[in-house]
Formats: sequence, C-alpha cells, structure tokens
Amino acid sequence: MKSAAELAHTQKQNALVTPFKNKIVHFFVKYGTLLVILALIVSFTLLNDRFLTYSNFADILRSISIVTLVALGVTFTLIVGGFDLSVGSTVSLATIASGASLVWYRQELLVALLIPILLGIVIGLINAFITIKIRIPDLLATLAVMYIVNGIQLTYTKGFSIYNNMPMDDGTTAPGKFIPSFLFIGQGEIAGVPFPAIFMIFCVILVHLFLTYTRAGRLLYMTGSNREAARLSGVAVQRYRTLAYVLSGLFASIAGIVLASRIGTGQVSAGAPLLMDGVAAALIGYSVLGAGKPNALGTFVGAVLIGILLNGLTMLNVPYYAQDIIKGTILIGALAFTFYQNKREIKM
Amino acid sequence: MNQLTIHNISKSFGSTTVLKNVSLTIHAGEVHALLGTNGAGKSTLMKIVCGDYERDSGSISYNGQPLSIRTPSDAKKAGIGIVVQEVDTALFPALSVAENIWADSLNQSPFKLYSSKKERKKTKQLLATLGIPLNPDKLASDCTLSEKQLILIARAMAHDVQYLILDEPTAPLSIEETQLLFHLINKLKKKGVGIIYISHRMPEIEEISDRFTILRDGKVHLTTETKAVSADEIITNMLGSAIGNKKERKRQVSNHTLFRAENVHVPETGKNINLELNHGEIIGVAGLVGAGKSETALALFGASKPQKGKIHLHNRTYRFRSPSDAIDAGVCLIPEERRKTGILLDFSLSDNLTLPSLRRHSKNGLLNRKKEENYASNQINQLGIKASSTRQPIHHLSGGNQQKAAIGKWLDADRNVFLFDEPTKGIDIKAKTEVLSLIKHLADEGKGILYFSSEIDELLEISDKILVMYDGEITATLTGDNMNQSAIMQAATGGTTIEISS
Repeated sequence: MKSAAELAHTQKQNALVTPFKNKIVHFFVKYGTLLVILALIVSFTLLNDRFLTYSNFADILRSISIVTLVALGVTFTLIVGGFDLSVGSTVSLATIASGASLVWYRQELLVALLIPILLGIVIGLINAFITIKIRIPDLLATLAVMYIVNGIQLTYTKGFSIYNNMPMDDGTTAPGKFIPSFLFIGQGEIAGVPFPAIFMIFCVILVHLFLTYTRAGRLLYMTGSNREAARLSGVAVQRYRTLAYVLSGLFASIAGIVLASRIGTGQVSAGAPLLMDGVAAALIGYSVLGAGKPNALGTFVGAVLIGILLNGLTMLNVPYYAQDIIKGTILIGALAFTFYQNKREIKM
Repeated sequence: MNQLTIHNISKSFGSTTVLKNVSLTIHAGEVHALLGTNGAGKSTLMKIVCGDYERDSGSISYNGQPLSIRTPSDAKKAGIGIVVQEVDTALFPALSVAENIWADSLNQSPFKLYSSKKERKKTKQLLATLGIPLNPDKLASDCTLSEKQLILIARAMAHDVQYLILDEPTAPLSIEETQLLFHLINKLKKKGVGIIYISHRMPEIEEISDRFTILRDGKVHLTTETKAVSADEIITNMLGSAIGNKKERKRQVSNHTLFRAENVHVPETGKNINLELNHGEIIGVAGLVGAGKSETALALFGASKPQKGKIHLHNRTYRFRSPSDAIDAGVCLIPEERRKTGILLDFSLSDNLTLPSLRRHSKNGLLNRKKEENYASNQINQLGIKASSTRQPIHHLSGGNQQKAAIGKWLDADRNVFLFDEPTKGIDIKAKTEVLSLIKHLADEGKGILYFSSEIDELLEISDKILVMYDGEITATLTGDNMNQSAIMQAATGGTTIEISS
C-alpha cells in the first residue's frame, strides 16, 4: 500500500518538472553521441586542413574495421547480460593461427580462414560452458580464459611473430608466405574503397538485421533483459547465452584474420589493445539514438567516434598516451546520458 | 509493572485508511499475539511501532511516558526491537555471527576502536545466557534460516530491548527449530521482555501466547486472554460474523481428468504433491504466506529444478525438465511476481504478448511483424487492455493491464492447464473482477485451472473445489458446502485435517 502511495507521489512530482527541461534532456539522450561526432569533425577540420579528405576518411574506416568487428562480438555478450574479456586474446590467437597456416604450413586461403574461425568458435563454447554450466561469473570466467588463450598463442610461437621468409627452428627458411588473396582482406580496395571497410559495413548491417528482424535476435535481448521471466515464458535461455559467447568468439577471430592480413604478419599479442576499444565502442553504442541497450548500429557509431577521435588527435600531434585520457572522458560523456535516462524511465 | 502502550494510532495511505484508532497495551514479560487476516493492518502497525512508517495520529508511551518514535533508531533507543520475516534483509552475509550481533553498535561511534577478541567473548556470554547454540565465528551466509533468526534475536537482546516483535517467525522453521525458538521466547519472558508475536498458526498461538489482539479492517476487534477462547472462536473473530460461504456458480464440470500430478517433488519444501484436475474445473489452492503455494506452482511447471515425479496430461505421461517442456505440453504459469517474472518490463506490449508463441509469428527464424501486431491488437481488444498502441512499453501500463498481458500471452493456442499464482495481487478492484471473469471464461472453454491464492474471498468466488496447503502439504480438500472461510482458515492454520470425498 505504501508503494501505491509513493507512486502517486512521484507521479505528481514528475508532472511538476517542466516539459521544456524534459525535451532538452530527451534531445541530448537521443542525438548526443551524433552531435559529439559532428563537433569533433568540425573542430578537427578547422584545426587541420588535411582532416576532411577522402583519403583520410578511408583511413579512418580502415583503421576502425577491426575494432568494429571485435565490438560486434562484445555487443552480443552485452545483450544477453554477460561480458567477454577474452576477445582480445582470441584476436591474437586468430592472427597467429592464420599466419602459421600460411607461412609455416603453406596452406591455401580457405584453411587460413577456417582454422582461426574454428578456434574462435571453440573459445566461445568454452566460455559458455564455464559461465553457464560451471556457473563462474562471466567476468571471472572470461578473465581466466583470456589468460589461457594468451598463453597458448605465446607458447605456440615461443613469443616470436610470424612473417614471410622467417627462419625456422631447423635452420631452414619458412616454406610459405602471406598469399595475395589473403592480404586482399585487409589491404585490398574495391572501386577505391578499402575492402575491410566494405566488409565491416556488411557485418554491421548483417548483425543489425539479425538482431532486429529474427526470432533469435529478439530472444537474445529478452534473455539479457530478464532471464527468469524469459525462462518462465519457455525461452531456452542457456542456448541463447551460449549463442552469444560463440558469436563473440567468432567475430573476434574474424577480426584477427583481418588484422593479420592488414599488417601482413602474425604478430603475437596484437589483439590485446582491441579488447578495451571494442568494449568502449559497444558501450558508447548504448547511447546512440537513445537506444539504451547494446545494438549493432550504435556499436558502429561508437567505433567511428573512437576512430575519428584517435585520427584527429594523432594529426594534431597529441601523444598516444594522452589520447587515452580523452577516450575515457568521451566514454563517460556518452554513458552519462544513457544511464541518467535509464534511471528516470526504467526503474520506477 | 512496566508496559508499552499504543494509543489511538491511525494511519492512511492516500485515500486508503489502514489503521483506525488502534490501541494496544503490552505488559512486560508477556507474549502478546497479534492476529488478523491478510490486509488487517498488522504489518503497518508494527512498522509504525518500529519507526519504519510515521503515524498520522495517536501516541506510543512507556509507563505513561510518551515516546517519540519517528525513525528506526528512535525505536531502538526506546528499547523496541524487531525480528523481521525476511531475515536476510537485516543481516550482513559476509560477516560473522558476532559481527552481525554487534553491527548496530558501530553506528553510534564509527571511529571507536574495537577488539574482536572482546567482542567474541561478549558474544559467547550473550549466547550462553540466552541458550542459543551458535558459534560466534560462523559466517551469517553459512547459517540456516533458523540460525539467522536467532542472530537477530541475539542482536536485539545485545541492546537490552524491552519489547521484541517477532513477525511470523515460525513460517520457515521445522518442528525442532520451532521448539528451540519457543524455549528462547520463554527465557526472554522470564527476563521481563514483552513480546509481540505475529503468526497465522493457531496451535502455536495457543501454546506460546498469554494474550492476543485481533485486528480486523484496521480496527482492534478483540483483546483477551488466550486461555479463555478456543481456536475456532479466534478464527470466527478474525473473519467477522459473515462466515463467507461459497457463492454458487452454475457450471458443469466434466468428470474427465485433464491433468494429474503424481508425487511431484517440491524442492523448497521437501514435500511431494499429488493432485487431479478435470476439464473445465477451477481448483483453488489456499494457504497462508509461507505455506509453499508459489513453490508448488513452480514445481508443477518444471521451473524449480528438473521435475521429480510425473505429470499425466492427455493420456500421456511427462516429466518437465524446464518450463519450455511444460509449455510444449500445454501447461502455462502466470507467476506471482508479475513485474519480476510475469512480463518483461523493458519490452513493448506486443513483444510481451507474442513471446511464448514467437515461433508461430515467424518464418524460418524471421519475425513476421505484421502478424505479431495483428495478434497483439486482437488480444488487446479481447482482454480490454488499455494501451495507446501495441508498441507501447509495458512498464507504462497499470498493474491490472500488465496482468492482463501476462495472461494474454498464453491465449494464443491450445494451452489446456493454467496455473495462476496470486493473479490479483496489487491490482485494483475493477481489474480484479475482469481478471476473475477471464479465468472463469477459460474454465467454461474446458481449460483446467489451478488458482493459488491467499485471498479467501476470491477462492470462494471462483473455485469448484478448494485444496488447502499447510507447511508445504495439501492438508484439506474442500468441496460443496464445506467450502467456507472458517474451514479454510482452520486447515490453513494447522487445525484439524479435513478430508471430504465428493
């Protein structure tokens, strides 16, 4: 009975808040992130005349393509209310795996793609098993898996990167090399547009359609929003949680392939910094157009925001270590609107 | 003799009056039982005494000295303690028994140094004098419910309370644990502590209380010595003169068994459930809070753990390993905690309504939005849900409309058995009538309905047969003229078991 009385009271109070203030808050919640991007573009353009050029934007798209792929995977785990810390080391492992199959074992394109992808899926299944069956909280489980996977890629390569014509243990030169068809994935262009950018946009659209227009997409969101209510409505929640971790591993391994192709080597631990950028992009995505939940287009916008920021700051000669300060600040700004809104609307 | 006097206390929430001029005196060293049906105002009164709620008018005094109780700490200073029903809300699971007992004293001086050795010694002494067999170093999270209760009693006694409120303390306890608690209560009585004892269980009240007060509709109905009155008379007084009898419903119930549960194990209560439900029959399952109704409903639905026992339905035998097994077999549950588990608050009305039948609203995994919208707007019209559109977020709707949606999502296809758990909780009278008539309508279509509720009036209005639960078991089966308030209350409070074959 108290709650009824309290509710009436808060409703009364809400009515007293001026609609004008509500409108402003609403506007910023919806368009805040896009406005920040616009403001960044305008200011970087004013500060540096080489910023607003086609080649620079092609550069930005190429550089964010890998982060976006990782972030799409992170988006899936965030949707089901989980978290995957192992994506960074999965990227590293995938990079090594494709490098090793090409350079060490002289394999064809298909093998160099399938092996990392299979590894990514297996890591996803392991994560799902540990969090769902053994019931270790996701943050801890994937932290442990992150260490293990990172250790595996370092042990396998003995800590050395894989590159064309590298010396082997027995004194000979490595038999294979990064073949042109593989390198096209990260370095190629179609009609002047970088192939990784095209591929990224294709993936973003695909994930967006999957999340919005399929049954599985809806049920992923429902599982994350209220697992018990979904279960009591007959949703196989464990299956959808598993799916999310598998997709997370899959996208991380695809990102690893693009990374290997882009730099043309199998660099050890190359994926480590991608974890944080991927998570940041997915979290910024919450606030895009006031979605208030993880979503594919938002994640893309988040990656664009981070990409533009880093590109512009680098052009202005801001040292990379100082860029992190700005990245964090932007993250707080983007999330503030999302969660401020959530408190007002969802928790009544 | 010391006494705590509650004088003319009134309290209303909005336009609802909950307490009207309630006066009560509790002597030192007595156990005073506070009785009344759900909604009689017991909890509100106790929350006022403990400073949780502010009273609108009236006074509380100790030996004639008025006490100013506005906050919980005022009540503590005045020597009034409470052992709440949900013990976990008052404990710190990561701290030890001793630390939990002295937790309140940290409030007084946060910078005072304290010695854990001394604290442990003090705890040992305290527990010894109270006769509580507890290890001071044990973590609260490792304690059983009964032990947690004992911690709270010890905490109260550590601060020398003069008056202790026990809110349905025995609901989760076994017989041995109850005896231990009663032993402790008698010890406290001898120390001169006055105890206010809230319970629904008649045998206990006769055993432990000296006097009792019955609240009815927010007013004191009767205060008297327990010995002077029989349990039956107490029940009659709680309910009022009208021994609400069954309102006749003219409806044919077929004799064909639709659903039969055979030894379905309820993990939370550790008991097995057997019951039989016919086509078109509404069986009311009565029982007080803590009798295990919700747990039973969840177990029948396969939602607590993979089911042990058998479900017979449509001449087939099932063992539901998960709710989705039950749903596939045509059984559905409308759970008690609507906002937590009945609906998905973050989603639209249409998303909620189509959730269990999403497969039917999609093709090759692709959602058919148009089909969904059609289905949703159809349901909205049929159920009379008030909403501006099918896309409206469901958290904007009122409780009654949310509940209609929680029911409506199951009305898409051949579901045959409906389990309703407290379906009218927290909705207004108009919505309540609508929900009840919807349920009757389902029965008329030949569905079988199990209606779990602690609202006796509703059970009498809607049921063809009433099962009464006590302590996790079905202790009485009432049909025909035997369905009346006093028979239900008698069985629900642990009175004589009544078995009537129809």
